[in-house]
Amino acid sequence: MGFERIPGLIGEIEDRGETTVVVEKERLSEATLYLRDELGFNFLSDIAATDYLGWGGETAGSWGSADGRDLNVPYTLGLDLVPEPKPKRFSLSYHLLALRADPVRVRLQTWLDDGDAVASVVSVWPVADWLEREAYDLMGIVFEGHPNLVRVLMPDDWEGHPLRKDYPIGGEPVRFSGEE
Amino acid sequence: MATVSDSVFTGPVLYEGTRIPSPVPSWVQVDPARLEDGNVLEVNFGPNHPSTHGVLRLVVDLDGEEIVGMRAVIGYLHTGFEKSMEQKSWWKAINYPSRIDYLASFQNELLFVLAIEKLLGIEVPPKATWIRMALSELNRIHSHLVWLGTMGLELGVQSLYFYCFDQRERVLDLFEMVTGVRVHGRYCQAGGLAEDIPPGFVADARTFCRGMPKAIDEYEHMTQQNKMWQKRTKGIGVVSAEDAIRLGLSGPNLRGSGVNWDLRKREPYLFYDQIDFEVPVYEHGDSYDRARVRIDEMRQSLRIAEQCLDQIEGMGGEPWIADDRKVVLPPREELHTSMESLIHHFKIVTEGYRVPAGEVYVTIESPRGEQGCYVVSDGGPKPWRVHFRAPSFPTIAAAPTLCQEHLIADLIAISASLDPLMGDSDR
Repeated sequence: MGFERIPGLIGEIEDRGETTVVVEKERLSEATLYLRDELGFNFLSDIAATDYLGWGGETAGSWGSADGRDLNVPYTLGLDLVPEPKPKRFSLSYHLLALRADPVRVRLQTWLDDGDAVASVVSVWPVADWLEREAYDLMGIVFEGHPNLVRVLMPDDWEGHPLRKDYPIGGEPVRFSGEE
Repeated sequence: MATVSDSVFTGPVLYEGTRIPSPVPSWVQVDPARLEDGNVLEVNFGPNHPSTHGVLRLVVDLDGEEIVGMRAVIGYLHTGFEKSMEQKSWWKAINYPSRIDYLASFQNELLFVLAIEKLLGIEVPPKATWIRMALSELNRIHSHLVWLGTMGLELGVQSLYFYCFDQRERVLDLFEMVTGVRVHGRYCQAGGLAEDIPPGFVADARTFCRGMPKAIDEYEHMTQQNKMWQKRTKGIGVVSAEDAIRLGLSGPNLRGSGVNWDLRKREPYLFYDQIDFEVPVYEHGDSYDRARVRIDEMRQSLRIAEQCLDQIEGMGGEPWIADDRKVVLPPREELHTSMESLIHHFKIVTEGYRVPAGEVYVTIESPRGEQGCYVVSDGGPKPWRVHFRAPSFPTIAAAPTLCQEHLIADLIAISASLDPLMGDSDR
C-alpha cells in the first residue's frame, strides 16, 4: 500500500484485520498530506482521542472507590495480564478511508503527553473542524492552527475535560435554588 | 485535492471548485462590507424550535430573508454516553448505544456488539446474523419513515406525517414482538441474540413487507408529484460530490450527490454480500435527490428484509447465540441442574466477561450514513474507551455550506433533507 514511505513513520501494526500506522507527532501534517494526496485517503471518518492514564494499574474517576478503577485492576477480579505499556498518555487515532472502487481503511495514530499540541488537519480534511473541537472539548488535546478551537459539546464555560481518566465521576456539585 | 474515482462517481459537475467556507469550514462568516450597511440581523434559530429535529441551535445572519452567515451550535443533548460506558461492564454497556441514535437504535446496538465480537474473535451463528440483518433493515425503514414524516411537516405536506407514522407503528409492533419493547430493545448479545425470535414473527413481518410497497407509492405520490414539495426542494441546498466527501457526509446525503457509496455493498458486513439489492444513487446533490434516495432505499430495505425472512424461515431449530460459556449466559434451565452453569452465570452477571486487549474500529451503514465505533480494551471486564463516529455530527457541521445564499425558508427544507439527529451528534 506504500505506508512505509509515510513521512515520520514509527511503525505499522496489523491487528484483527486493521492496519494502524503510527507517526511522529511533529510530522503529522506531512503524513496526512502524503496519505491524502499520494495514497488517496480522501475521506476522514473519525478522530478518536484516548487517555491511557493508569493503563494496567489503578485509575481514578471510577464508581466504587476514590482512586481505583475497581474491576480492571490487575490480578484481582479483573485483568489476567497487565496490558503492554503505551508510549505516552494520549493516543490520537485518525480513521481514514480511501473512498473508491477498491476501498482501503487505515488508522493513523500519533502519541502525545499532557500539554502537547498537535498540528490541525482542518486544511487537509475540512470535516476535521468539529472532530478536533470534540477531542479538545472532551479530552483537552490542543490542535495548533485550528481556526476556531472552542468547545463543541460541553457548555462554553465548562471546566475540565470529561473524557480524561482523572476527571471525577459522580462528584458534580449540586446547586440548589436560593443558594448564591 | 481530494478526488472521487470514476467508478464510484458518475454525474454532472454541479459547480466548479469548492463552496466550503474558509477559514472555518463549519461557519459561513458575514462579509464585512455587508455588515457596514447595517441591514444584517443575527437570529437564533433554536435551540427550541419545532423544526430543528431536537435541540439544534443555528445562529443565522440574515439580510432580509437571505442567509449571509451561519453556524450551528450543538451539545444541548450531550449526555456523556462514552464516559458512562467506560464505567459499565461490556454486557451492560450494550444498553447505551441504542440511546445515542434513537431512531437507528437497533443498528447502533448491533454496531457496538460487532466491535465486541471483533475483539473477542467469537463466531456468530448464521441464524443470528440473518435475524440481525432483517431487523437492521426494518430499523432503517422506521428511521426513514420518521424522517419523511417530519420533513413533510416542515414543508407543509402535513398529511404525510400521519401516513408515515401509521406504517412506523407497524414496524415498532414487530420490534415489540421480538424484543418486548418498541425502541430500545437491547436484543443483541456478544455472540448472537438475547433470545430466539418468537413464533409468528416471520408471518407478521411478511404481512408488513407486502403492505409497505403500496404505502411507499403513496409517499412518492405525495412528495415527488407534489408541486410544493418540488419547488421547495429542487435545486435547493446543492452540494457537489467532492465537497460532500471533504465535509464527511455519508449515507443518503452522499448518494444524493452522485457517489455510489454504500458500506453494505462496498465493505460488506453481516451477510450483505449474499443477497440481492441495489443502491439508489441520484446525482443533482439537492434536497430533492437526497429525499428520493431515502424513499427508494425503503424499497430496497424491504427487498433485503424479505430475503432474510426466507433464510430465517428454514432455520427453525438452529441456535441463535454462540456456545461460548465464558461470554454467553448459559440456558436458563441448566441453572437448576448444573453447578458449572450456575458459576458461569454468576460470573458473567456480577463481573462481566473479559475482552482481550486491543483496539478496533467497526463501521456500518446506518440510516444516516457511516456509523463507526472505536473501542479500546485493556483485557478487563469494562471497556477502556468507546468512541462513536456519529454521522449526524459532520452533517450538522456541513449545513452552513449548503445553506449559504439561500432564503431562511430554505434553511428548514435543507436541514430536514440532511436528516440529522441530535441524539446522534451530541451523544
